[in-house]
Amino acid sequence: MERYWNTIETAPAHEMKALQSLRLSQTVRHVYEHVPFYRKKFDEMHIKPEDIQSIDDISKLPFTYKQDLRDNYPYGLFAVPVEQLVRIHASSGTTGKQTVVGYTANDIQIWGNCCGRALTAAGADASDFVHVSYGYGLFTGGLGLHAGAEEIHATVIPVSSGNTKRQLQIFKDFGSTILCCTPSYALFLGESLRDMGMDQSQISLKAGIFGAEPWSDEMRWKIEDLLGIKAYDIYGLSEIMGPGVAFECSEQTGMHVNEDHFYPEIIDPDTGEVLPEGEVGELVFTCITKEALPLIRYRTRDIASLTREKCSCGRTLIKMKKPSGRTDDMLIIRGVNVFPSQVEAVLLELGDTAPHYMLIVDRVGNLDTLEIQVEMKEDMEFDAVRLIEETEAKIKSAVASTLGISAKVTLLPPKSIARSEGKAVRVIDKRKI
Amino acid sequence: MTMKQLSVFVENKPGTLAEITGILGENSIDMRALSVADTERYGILRLIVDHPKEAEAALKEAGFKVSLTDVIAIAVSNQPGGLSQALRYLAKAGIAVEYMYAFVSQKADTAYVILRVQDNAKAVKALEEGGIPIVRGEEVYRK
Repeated sequence: MERYWNTIETAPAHEMKALQSLRLSQTVRHVYEHVPFYRKKFDEMHIKPEDIQSIDDISKLPFTYKQDLRDNYPYGLFAVPVEQLVRIHASSGTTGKQTVVGYTANDIQIWGNCCGRALTAAGADASDFVHVSYGYGLFTGGLGLHAGAEEIHATVIPVSSGNTKRQLQIFKDFGSTILCCTPSYALFLGESLRDMGMDQSQISLKAGIFGAEPWSDEMRWKIEDLLGIKAYDIYGLSEIMGPGVAFECSEQTGMHVNEDHFYPEIIDPDTGEVLPEGEVGELVFTCITKEALPLIRYRTRDIASLTREKCSCGRTLIKMKKPSGRTDDMLIIRGVNVFPSQVEAVLLELGDTAPHYMLIVDRVGNLDTLEIQVEMKEDMEFDAVRLIEETEAKIKSAVASTLGISAKVTLLPPKSIARSEGKAVRVIDKRKI
Repeated sequence: MTMKQLSVFVENKPGTLAEITGILGENSIDMRALSVADTERYGILRLIVDHPKEAEAALKEAGFKVSLTDVIAIAVSNQPGGLSQALRYLAKAGIAVEYMYAFVSQKADTAYVILRVQDNAKAVKALEEGGIPIVRGEEVYRK
């Protein structure tokens, strides 16, 4: 018997639409009154808050881009005074230009509620031990699922990421039943379990919620097999809230969007036109209940599709397909968002190399790896191995501190990276996802 | 009191060394001494040749990463402990040797040693004060 956390998850379409319409009109008024950025945009487009009466009016509204968050760094798009903020999170980015997001107490409560729905769909309830191996900190993964587990009155084990041996020990000793982490780390935990001579009978895991990076069904089956669990996908992004924007049910064929809080659209990324249900395009979200940072028609750059086809789980929440790619060149490496331009910025700032580089992404033993190949300058001294190794180490540490990711750095002789006539090819992604 | 060493970045691919030495041969460049530093990914070929500037131009033309480095060459008497004495003077002056390699000279009782250090002037001073003969570039370049 399928359980739901909230009745809205199975509400009839007309009820959902009425709720979305009301919430959208309230949000539009809220941002018009409190965010100068949106007031200016609306005025320029001659849109008055009273023009937005129904959710169908949403296509009249302007888009919001990641660049808008950067331009208004750090708090420029916030719609509430600081007294009402209770939390800040930030997504990875070059130092000083991270994407900063804020939450009111109510926002955090809704976030917990959305993650509570995801956990419930994965079969969790108050009797479960929810083992959270997402990182805790500015990254939204850890605290998001943590709030969800508390919402459903489960017992949270806030392990955070890393220290695999200890993670396995906690599985065994504390009786973790639900695992939350990135899919690549779940796979690594599964293999480590086997390598350490432990078997599934020694642990009590029954399900896992995995997200923050792309993964395939093959990977899902492997995780399920290694850990003896059912593996569920979860989707989210910090700009909209964090994990829990959409979540998978027992059918495992796509994720139900919490559309009573985050209204999804699929658009043509070139023309901005809204595409009909089922078509593939760029996923766009509007926060219709957020107080601190209600983004209007935020361009996620994720490529996906939406469907209202009946789901066997009984939920009527619209379903999104697992994103199949990006409209930009963002890479997700071990859950960390990396833009080639960020690596380029680090290289240029150091100035020890030529501006020709190549990023090689691979998956070795189920963990993502990043290699930065970069050409030496023509006049670089290299007659001793130490000189080359020192330059490589300096770049490695600068990349680690600004992007939060460990990379292998390889210096190459000048002109060894192929030059392109048109758009430079900067990335070779060898991962089979 | 230094001389020019040619350094060439060598990617670990079969035939690269043959190609480099071939280019030098075609340009009638004669090698006096040679050393290779090898790592798992690449090697660094260090050469003393009779015409360093011409060799650098020819290899650059062929697409190699090359540079000229100022190194010190000393003459060491061909008897036990000869090199050790010279290195002790450097150690005493607090000078670390990045790398070094030796080759024989035309004179039977003397060996030449190429030294790469951080501060050439300081090293030359320490060696000269110890009475170690510094070899001038021309002596080595010429046969």
